[in-house]
Amino acid sequence: MLNVGKIEEGFVLDHIEAGKSLSIYHHLQLDKLDCTVAIIKNAKSNKMGKKDILKVECDIDTLNLDVLAFIDHNITVNVIKDGDIVDKKELILPKEIRNIIRCRNPRCITSIEQELPHIFVLTDEQKEIYRCKYCEEKYDE
Amino acid sequence: MRHLMNPLDFTVEELDSLFDLATDIEHNMEKYAYACQGKKLATCFYEPSTRTRLSFESAMLNLGGSVIGFSDAGSSSASKGESVSDTIRVISCFADICAMRHPKEGAPMVAASKSSIPVINAGDGGHQHPTQTLTDLLTIRSLSGKLENFTIGLCGDLKFGRTVHSLINALVRYPNIRFIFISPEELKVPDYIIEMLKEKDIPFEEVIRLEDSMPHLDLLYMTRVQRERFFNEEDYIRLKDFYILNKEKMNLAKEHMLVLHPLPRVNEISVDVDEDPRAAYFKQVQYGVYVRMALILTLLEIQVDEEE
Repeated sequence: MLNVGKIEEGFVLDHIEAGKSLSIYHHLQLDKLDCTVAIIKNAKSNKMGKKDILKVECDIDTLNLDVLAFIDHNITVNVIKDGDIVDKKELILPKEIRNIIRCRNPRCITSIEQELPHIFVLTDEQKEIYRCKYCEEKYDE
Repeated sequence: MRHLMNPLDFTVEELDSLFDLATDIEHNMEKYAYACQGKKLATCFYEPSTRTRLSFESAMLNLGGSVIGFSDAGSSSASKGESVSDTIRVISCFADICAMRHPKEGAPMVAASKSSIPVINAGDGGHQHPTQTLTDLLTIRSLSGKLENFTIGLCGDLKFGRTVHSLINALVRYPNIRFIFISPEELKVPDYIIEMLKEKDIPFEEVIRLEDSMPHLDLLYMTRVQRERFFNEEDYIRLKDFYILNKEKMNLAKEHMLVLHPLPRVNEISVDVDEDPRAAYFKQVQYGVYVRMALILTLLEIQVDEEE
């Protein structure tokens, strides 16, 4: 059994679908932070069989977690302060996602315009559909 | 300041005002002859579209304004690699309003976000062509007297035709409209439109042969079925005549059914239909000028008072 120590302040992202932790690591731009990050892959889970966990030791205001809901809203976000869980954040689909995913439509203006941000807008909350703000192409993984 | 990117940018009430203005323009052209004196329209066409460009230019000239612009990307700074954002900032210093056509989808929206003058989307790739939809709506309203309580047949390429998709999206906002989609299996209306119609509980039918639905239609919107859209030549030859409107098929139609077409027509409407009083596709071009005049006045916030 692998043991990863407790963190004093930061986040524990639990119930990540197995194999998705690295993509979340990049989406949250954790590579750009100078802090301790533990990536736990394929941990045993009663609920999911296998799951990934991310532990991030950082100031709790430094991370924008909106994007997590877009990736997988089943992730549990535990907020840690002084070594204890002080909050469990509910993930709500962001209305707009900026520069996280890219429009793949070759006819979209984002394919040629210099430094144009890639913006996706939530157009159907129930079906979780995001469309490019410019060409309205649906985002498919 | 407002722009026009999508036909749905205007509410039904705003469209009513726009069409009222267009109708007044139609009947009192001289009243508007100097409305835009001293104003300039820039037609920024990154790909050629002579008909749309001339319609915009004609609209501005009818209003007493002037026109500047380019008609393909090769004669603009785009060929030097200039971004749309930079181009519109420059054009904003030269003109009072801009009509932009661009092969990339969303380009006019990028322009609008950086512009200090109103921008009209004059067609962006396969995405939107709002002034065509406004033209279609004004033609229907002017010639049939209403934008409600009718059965419209849309015929031809319903899969790739953006004018058809825009028109459907615009018409579902009006009461009691029934759609009949007439197309080969390969060119049926996309699923997302069918889903939208089901969600809104709007009646529609999908049929293959134009003849079968002719007697039920109040309006027929024709589009071209292109050979290259078919998977094989055999199907194209088998089906193409289904989608050619001729005198015989017109004999099956109601006495006051209107025939619309976004043009250019290739061979999907036989020339012998042109003289039929129900053929509205050339009148439609004229309504396109009126609606663009009304749009320019509306976006420039120019009011023309009644003559004293």
